[in-house]
Amino acid sequence: MARDESRAETGRESREAAAERAAIAVRPGQFQQHAAGKREKVFELKGVEVLYSGVSAVKGIGLDVHRNDITAMIGPSGCGKSTLLRCLNRMNDLIPGAEVRGELLYHGEDLYGPKVDPVQARKLIGMVFQKPNPFPKSIYDNVAFGPRILGNKDGLDETVEAALKGAALWEEVKDRLDSNAFGLSGGQQQRLCIARCIAVQPDTILMDEPCSALDPISTGKIEDLMIELKKEFSIVIVTHNMQQAARVSDRTAFLMVELDADEDNRWGRLVEYDETEKIFTNPSDKRTEDYVSGKVG
Amino acid sequence: MAALGPQAERTRLAAAGARSVTRAAILSGQPLKDVIKGRIFFALLLLALGLALLGLAALILDAVIDGRSMLSLDLLTNSASRISPETAGYANAIYGTILLIGGVLVMTVPIGIGSAIYLEEYADRTKWWNRVVELNIQNLAAVPSIVYGILGLAFIVRGPLDLGFILFAGSITLSLLVLPTVIIAAREAIRAVPPSIREGSFALGATRWQTVRRQVLPAAIPGIATGVILAVSRAAGETAPLLLVGAATFVTFDPTVFGDNGYTALPVMIFNNAKQAQPEFHVLAAAGIVVMLAVILLMNSFAIWLRNRYEQRW
Repeated sequence: MARDESRAETGRESREAAAERAAIAVRPGQFQQHAAGKREKVFELKGVEVLYSGVSAVKGIGLDVHRNDITAMIGPSGCGKSTLLRCLNRMNDLIPGAEVRGELLYHGEDLYGPKVDPVQARKLIGMVFQKPNPFPKSIYDNVAFGPRILGNKDGLDETVEAALKGAALWEEVKDRLDSNAFGLSGGQQQRLCIARCIAVQPDTILMDEPCSALDPISTGKIEDLMIELKKEFSIVIVTHNMQQAARVSDRTAFLMVELDADEDNRWGRLVEYDETEKIFTNPSDKRTEDYVSGKVG
Repeated sequence: MAALGPQAERTRLAAAGARSVTRAAILSGQPLKDVIKGRIFFALLLLALGLALLGLAALILDAVIDGRSMLSLDLLTNSASRISPETAGYANAIYGTILLIGGVLVMTVPIGIGSAIYLEEYADRTKWWNRVVELNIQNLAAVPSIVYGILGLAFIVRGPLDLGFILFAGSITLSLLVLPTVIIAAREAIRAVPPSIREGSFALGATRWQTVRRQVLPAAIPGIATGVILAVSRAAGETAPLLLVGAATFVTFDPTVFGDNGYTALPVMIFNNAKQAQPEFHVLAAAGIVVMLAVILLMNSFAIWLRNRYEQRW
């Protein structure tokens, strides 16, 4: 046991040293060994392809999202990260002409199976969008909307309070729950959207570039929030910001755009998916290394 | 700097000259011809606005001047009379108009909003029948009102519905007339709700109906209300279709919705008064026009106030 611990200790130090050399900021204690053995998989993707009106947007996606992980998807613009994210809670169903092929399992069940109701699925898999989109209602009604449509009319006050506390927003808004949500700042609105999402108690939260419309201080607050939320939820985040992926995520998927032979069509492809420290310090694929060191993209 | 060839030197001097002209121009104000062009354009805009307002002002002034001797509150309380123009008023006509508009509201609001919701939220635009519907609503809004009168006469008063010359038939005819306008206004209001609101609602696991009922409609209500009020105030002023569906007779009593002894409305009564031989009735007609304009102005002002008060800024 002691030898394992000291090896882990050494391993951690060398990884951190390597990361420092790569000049990427890491969070102290980020490189925790995951519990040995299997960890429950929330999503399993094999050969997933998404097409819009017959044209491929992403191809050949195979990855597993683990429980209580923060899984990041990085890559240049147009490589289909958001498309892929939206598959995970069946939001692509809302786009006419969108088609998802391949195998996409949610806790072992086919998410696109004939018996699956997308509305029910979205109650378990929540989503936070790039631009904060609070409803034109009061702060209270924003957070209470989810529980209300679920039919949970009792204990709404407690649910709203718990959700706002979970999103680190309670102290700032507890005296003005009835005021319009649009009166909040951008960072507060995004945290309100997160509160709204966790009020329905999903098991996964998908975040599509949640901080790209925010200033650095709000971004920092939301990153801290994500680390906190990870204890209860599984999080999948799409981000343009490599440093953010390095700071918060446990695993990172790197996607790139691929062109076909005559350069007519383009689609996204998964290049590498591994533990974050490996992606940023010692990636297997040269394309990944070029991207994370800033040579490309 | 090394000596430049003559060509390059000329270019350099020309460029320097051009720069110095611009700099001088900035310091000395706008060039005169730009100022004049700007002023002429502004004057043309004012002329266009003035002509429009002039026509309206002429109409209002003409009515006020012709009808001034009869302008009093008695107009609103006395009923119409063919015999004594001095004591005639528009009370029963106003009552008829109110009943007609009430019927129009009851019919167009649910049908109009429902159609708009279907077209915006549920219809699959790739299906040909939805495109046909969409195209035809635009066309129907442009059809002259007399055609709706003929339609009402053929199918509502007589024909399949066979209601006879009753006020309700007039309401239905007017509803058909303004329904396309209400649908178009409601669609615009629903379309103005950003897709991000809908996405946020769906992402929380709401069904489409829950999203429409709890997010889209409440946000679209101010726009819908404005559209409804404007459409209804147009219906209040329509005369031609009503003449064909039974309001033509000179009626001196208060109408009822289903009564078959005739009905009238404010614009029709004005028309009837203007048709009379005695000049006193013409004065009465002019006074009626003033009343009518006041009512429509009131309704439109209310619509504008409503829109400004509840307008959603995204």
